[in-house]
Amino acid sequence: MFENAKTAFLFGGIFMFVVAYLWEGYLPLSHLNEMKVETMEELTADVLPEFEELAEVYPKEFKEYYGEPTSEAMAEALILGKKVYTQEACWHCHSQFIRPVSNEATRYGPVSLAKEYSNEMNYPHLFGTRRVGPDLIRENGKHSNDWHVAHFYNPQMVVPVSVMPAYVWLYDETVDPPVPNKKGMAIITYVQWLGSWLNKDGNKLNNTGKAPLADEIETETDKKLAELQNGDSK
Amino acid sequence: MSTMSMPSQAIPKDDARPFVEYAFVKGHFAWGYFWFMFAIIGGFLYAGQFLQAYLLPGIEWLSPGRVRMIHTQGVAYGFIANCFLGALYWAVPRLTGQRVTHKYLGYFILYAWNALTLISVVGILFGEAQALEWGENPVWIDPVVLVGLACAAAQFTPALWKTKGKLHYVSIWYFSGALAWTGLVYFMGNFGPEYWAVGTGGAALTGLYIHDLVGLFVTPIGWGLMYYFVPILINKPIWSHKLSLLGFWGLAFFYPLQGIHHFLYSPIPMYAQYGAVVTTIAIEIVVTTVVINFFATLRKREAFMVNSLPVRWFYTGMILYFITCLQCSFQVTLTFQKIIHFTDWVVGHAHLVMFGVFGFWIMGMIEYLWPKVTKAGEWYSNHLSHWSYWLMGIGLIIMFSTLTIAGLVQGYLWRDLAVFEASISASVPFWWARYFSGLMILIGAFITAFNMYKTAEMGRAK
Ligand code: HEC
Ligand code: HEM
Repeated sequence: MFENAKTAFLFGGIFMFVVAYLWEGYLPLSHLNEMKVETMEELTADVLPEFEELAEVYPKEFKEYYGEPTSEAMAEALILGKKVYTQEACWHCHSQFIRPVSNEATRYGPVSLAKEYSNEMNYPHLFGTRRVGPDLIRENGKHSNDWHVAHFYNPQMVVPVSVMPAYVWLYDETVDPPVPNKKGMAIITYVQWLGSWLNKDGNKLNNTGKAPLADEIETETDKKLAELQNGDSK
Repeated sequence: MSTMSMPSQAIPKDDARPFVEYAFVKGHFAWGYFWFMFAIIGGFLYAGQFLQAYLLPGIEWLSPGRVRMIHTQGVAYGFIANCFLGALYWAVPRLTGQRVTHKYLGYFILYAWNALTLISVVGILFGEAQALEWGENPVWIDPVVLVGLACAAAQFTPALWKTKGKLHYVSIWYFSGALAWTGLVYFMGNFGPEYWAVGTGGAALTGLYIHDLVGLFVTPIGWGLMYYFVPILINKPIWSHKLSLLGFWGLAFFYPLQGIHHFLYSPIPMYAQYGAVVTTIAIEIVVTTVVINFFATLRKREAFMVNSLPVRWFYTGMILYFITCLQCSFQVTLTFQKIIHFTDWVVGHAHLVMFGVFGFWIMGMIEYLWPKVTKAGEWYSNHLSHWSYWLMGIGLIIMFSTLTIAGLVQGYLWRDLAVFEASISASVPFWWARYFSGLMILIGAFITAFNMYKTAEMGRAK
């Protein structure tokens, strides 16, 4: 019976596929789904200082693109920023998770936790599988807005060996020096947002390399997930 | 029954329709090869970015990231899918003694599939990409792709199912399984993370998708075709039917479980990661039996490796397959993952398996079938075919080995906390090596394109 086209289709094809999705898909999802999915409103309740700074530095342009630096405006910028990040395939060159190995916590910052991705900005997730450039999930505060403005316009101007492409179309080039356009401000807001949740209220986390940072874990679900995540992966 | 040769069923005489529709084999091969050229020109362009020498800078729709996405999309949906469809149009009727479902369906699939690929490419270039690896085609085209896959299943599955007898030849299981899997895989992978599974959970589904597309679409059709072509070309039944049974059911059992090995040490619960690692190592053992089976089949027929170019492509691919699997059972361990994940090592692995194995098999099938389906009878130039083999073969091996070493260099520099720029500078020589090996592959590809064109011309003249 195992040498038959129908068995191969129904049992090998459909049944084994379903088994695999139950085991490697549904089971982890059933744990992860206990987390609450944060909405855009919750994410942008506090406006990023970097977003406000854009409004101060480019008042005229900012007003034209986003109006006032409100929560709604920031939500709009984040969504547009993610769109740029997707269409330019930044995610093929930059990952967005920190592993508990290879000194990554020292290089980048605290190891990633599942709950950091449980929000409306992560449909779909942007974990990535390649690091041509550095990981970006702890990008907030690493560089100033001005640095990013120069860097996206021409990465080699800032980092001479960089192999990152120049994104001149994210700028209004009719003025001198060029000013980020709507998409340019959006991508800067987006990368500055990455990891900003750890830096809130002076809550700078120390880089211990231990994933479940005790004071960061609030609910029972978070605690359980952190255990599942790092069982004994050390 | 330790040997089971392929069935050769009688064809009803009163039916005048052609048994194998050459037009579809030819059409899909021609389109597939077009996409192959298109995709590797894209890969070559993108490789220039790593040398600060991107040839078309400053143009929004040709931004390097977008070109990278059409490189992999072109390879998967343009090159591999088309060429596999072409080969199925040849193999399935001959294997099963049945015609494919319908000629018009065939024309529809041929044009619709290539139109879909074209629309996806244009969509990606104009900023409509979906942020899912292997699933970058715009999300609004995914339902149409599913319809295309359903059409392909409707075209071939009835023939496979109608095959006489209860015991079927191994290729038939592989094709039948793959036709069930592909649509399911595509559906879950493209919609799951986009709409239903947020963040980390979505990543678990993406892992399954990235891997299943290779493992449950490309691999089974590839092996099914090998089980068909190799015995015919070397005129000898496959060595062990029992081993082929183990190979197929091992794949069906273990392959779907492995996907999360693309996200090891991520926040996905560890038990799912362990499950992926263990089943990955298990499948490597299973596929080794398949490779053994094929090499045992080759015994006393080794001369074909020298005299028959298709057989040489096939078996070169199998040697590289063995290397891929050996490499994979190491690289999937958490120990190796610490260093090699995120590096060029993985890119080397991807080229080894997608091009070195499946691409080479397709080259072998084109080599064997193109003169037949164009009615030319023989190649315009065998000499050029051999040039193509050596250029692509050597090019690939250089590309694979340099990227593998580059991956180790990057991985250790990162672990040792060197500044990021140091790892870039250290990679540049390897990226140059990739550029030149890519150029070799590209030249080899152009040679075969020219040869195919001339051969088709000869066929028309006859
Ligand atoms: C070809 C690969 C590539 C692509 C595509 C790419 N980058 Fe980069 N990126 C790099 C490299 C390499 C570096 C490190 C050198 C440097 O800082 O320029 C880098 C650095 C960065 C940095 C600074 C990181 C740090 O902590 O110093 C940011 C932020 C960044 N990239 C964002 C982006 C965004 C956003 C996009 C998409 C619009 C993008 N990158 C596309 C390769 C790439
Ligand atoms: C001219 C020859 C080629 C060149 C120069 C080339 C170049 C590249 C480059 C630069 C990347 C991106 C790597 C990265 O993200 O760091 C890539 C990715 C990839 N290419 Fe190619 N490529 C070539 C041919 C092929 C062929 C023939 C195939 C398959 C049939 C292929 C399949 C892939 C795959 C699957 C990836 C994704 C790798 C990953 O994400 O790990 N490439 N290629």
